[in-house]
Amino acid sequence: MKTRIALILAVAGLVIFAGYAALFIAPDEKTMHAIQRIFYFHVPSAISAFIAFFVVFIANTAYLVTRQSKWDWLGVAGAEVGVACCTVVLITGPIWARPVWGIWWTWDARLTSTFILWLLYVSYLILRGLLEDPQRRATLSAIFGIFAFLDVPLVYLSNRLWRTQHPQPVILGGENSGLAPGMGKVLLICWIAIVCVMIVLLIDRYCLERLRHEYEELRFEVESRAAAAESVKGAR
Amino acid sequence: MKNFESLFAAWMVVWAVFFLYEVTVARRIANLREDIERLKQQLRES
Repeated sequence: MKTRIALILAVAGLVIFAGYAALFIAPDEKTMHAIQRIFYFHVPSAISAFIAFFVVFIANTAYLVTRQSKWDWLGVAGAEVGVACCTVVLITGPIWARPVWGIWWTWDARLTSTFILWLLYVSYLILRGLLEDPQRRATLSAIFGIFAFLDVPLVYLSNRLWRTQHPQPVILGGENSGLAPGMGKVLLICWIAIVCVMIVLLIDRYCLERLRHEYEELRFEVESRAAAAESVKGAR
Repeated sequence: MKNFESLFAAWMVVWAVFFLYEVTVARRIANLREDIERLKQQLRES
């Protein structure tokens, strides 16, 4: 418990420092000014969503190979946390777009593929809720989770492959891309902060799934004992 | 500061989403722990 409180306090401290750095330390961007600072939460949230969905991909593959429940738990934890991060991306993007582009949303390749990514993992979570049998649920959702991950490279490459309203990449984007050194450092701090938040959420969500499994097992045992007691009563 | 309202709204959205999600997970964990304790109690009594 003490370790957990220390971890949460450390992450909270990092988040506060990251917020301060994004709002007050990062240099002002010449054309967009203040609104460009959304970049420091928007991009790290997108990278964190990609990491969470990669965790889902690894966990789902591992589940199909080993059939161990822990991989299924990690898969669903990653999917939910990834959806939370992707939701942040899809809300902060339009808030940034409105004053800069004059529109909230446009159906270009980057925005559309990101929205499809969000829909795919929401569907993954809905699919799990619809299936009663744990084995079938784990297997089908693992197959679906691997399929859904195919959209991640598509989102990443979308503004490299097609002309988009969304800006061209500033990180790993070729010769004419790049960030001012001050911006790069602040982006790194914000990215570490949001990844730490993502890890805390992932650990908690995994713990929830493990507890759910324990609950299902106990409920099965209670029901089995009740049924056995009923049959003994009936035999008498 | 121009567009400060939009920047503030985005900032609030980021932490509201993460915070509300963490609260829902923590509540679900607490409820499950209670249910598990109740079932363990039932097993001990049976």
